[in-house]
Parts: sequence; structure tokens; C-alpha cells
Amino acid sequence: MKIREIENRLKKFRVGIAGAGGLGSNCAAALARAGVGSFVIADFDIVDDSNLSRQYYFSRQVGMLKTEALKENLIAIRPGLEVTVHNRRLDVTNIPSVFQGCDVIVEAFDSAEMKEMIIETVCRVYPETPLVVGSGLAGWGMTDLLKCRQIDRHLFICGDETSETSDEMPPLAPRVGIVANMQANTVLEILLNKPAS
Amino acid sequence: MKIILNNREEELTGERMTITRMLELKKFTFRMRIIRVNGKLIPRDEYDSTMVNNGDNIEMIYLMSGG
Repeated sequence: MKIREIENRLKKFRVGIAGAGGLGSNCAAALARAGVGSFVIADFDIVDDSNLSRQYYFSRQVGMLKTEALKENLIAIRPGLEVTVHNRRLDVTNIPSVFQGCDVIVEAFDSAEMKEMIIETVCRVYPETPLVVGSGLAGWGMTDLLKCRQIDRHLFICGDETSETSDEMPPLAPRVGIVANMQANTVLEILLNKPAS
Repeated sequence: MKIILNNREEELTGERMTITRMLELKKFTFRMRIIRVNGKLIPRDEYDSTMVNNGDNIEMIYLMSGG
């Protein structure tokens, strides 16, 4: 497939980004560059100085809502993008309406509890919508432990599935970026394999 | 009974048990995970009511904080 055809196909799709931290912001940026045309971004947090070590934000954006800052950055990459933002904490009750109509959902939360919650919710409410989860990205090095695997028809997991963030194992830009881009790469694989509608 | 746990055969004492009991027996208590039994995702609130039987294929997928 040539780049024009790829971009023409991708611009018709809408990708949901559940969490706009290190995974969500970097994954969305990669997908915007590749040509995905529409995003739904949900997060409740604001950009903090400490986020700049790995998240797709800039120092002048400290204090902004992450959703608004990410929308600004995606549109700076491709001005024609359609970006819908939800400034709220996601839970079992609002996930169905927030991500209604998305072709793929990217799980990009920080906490493991939230990861479990969205997997259970999406599998129950939208069993036909692919979900791409990030799990295990702490620290540095160990590049060869990062992988992406398909759990079932619509569930994919990217990461090392073992490393947990802590004070001694913080998340850092390279590994977070690799996993975020693995998630983006998986999204492309899903979307480009979909029959053109 | 014998089950397949993450592609490895495991022996458990008893013929049939809930997922909660299986987790106790295997001393899996701390980490966040999702569990699939014979390919079907079992939500956490069904661990007490879902039975694991001899020969079942159990997958545990660990969810690590960080994102």
C-alpha cells in the first residue's frame, strides 16, 4: 500500500484514547502523523512539570488540561484532525458513551486497577471493538522484553507485562515511547486490515 | 485435578473449584490481572461464582501500573 492510500484509509477512522499520559499522548501523536483522522481523548488530569520526562507535552503547556494540550499538539501536527475531548475521570458508567463510535480503543491509564476496569467494560459493552492495552513499561533498557501479543480476536497487550513503575523504576521517555508506538503500530495493523467501507 | 495455567500443566487438589479458591491455592493474591477460562474473560465480580474444572485452560494476564 502506498502512503497516499494508507492516509486515505486511515483518515476515515476514529480512535479512542483512554488516558492522555505517557502512553496516550505519544500513541495519539504517532497515529495523527500516520494519518488517523479522528480522535476521542479522555483524561481528567492537568499537565505537570514532572510529566515532561516522557509525555507529549511542552513546558509552556504546564497547567493546561491534558486533553486540551494534546488536542492542541495533534492539531499542530495535522490541522484538519477531528479531536473530541472529555475532561473527566473514566469509569464503568461513562466509558460506553465516551467511546461510542470508535473503531479502536487504546488503553493508556496509569493504574493497573483502571486497566482491568476498562478491559472488563469494553469486553462487555463493545465486544466487537478492538482494545489495545499497555502493560509493563517501567525503567530503562530491556528493550527485547517489550512485545505485543494478541490475547483474543479483539484484545491486544503491548509491553513487558512484568515491570511495575515505582520510585526506583520510574517510567522514562524511551520505554514509554516504545510501548506507546507499539500500541499505535497495533492500531494501524487493525485498521489497515479492516475492509474499506 | 489438572489444569493448563498459562500454557503449563498444573496439579490442583480438588476436582472442581471457584476461581477465588484456585487463586488462594496458588497463592496469587497481590497483582492485578485478568483471567480467561477456556478463552472467555471472567470479570472480577464473577470469581466467586465461576467454576474451574479438570482440563480447563486458564490464562492470567498481568496488568502492571504505569502509563
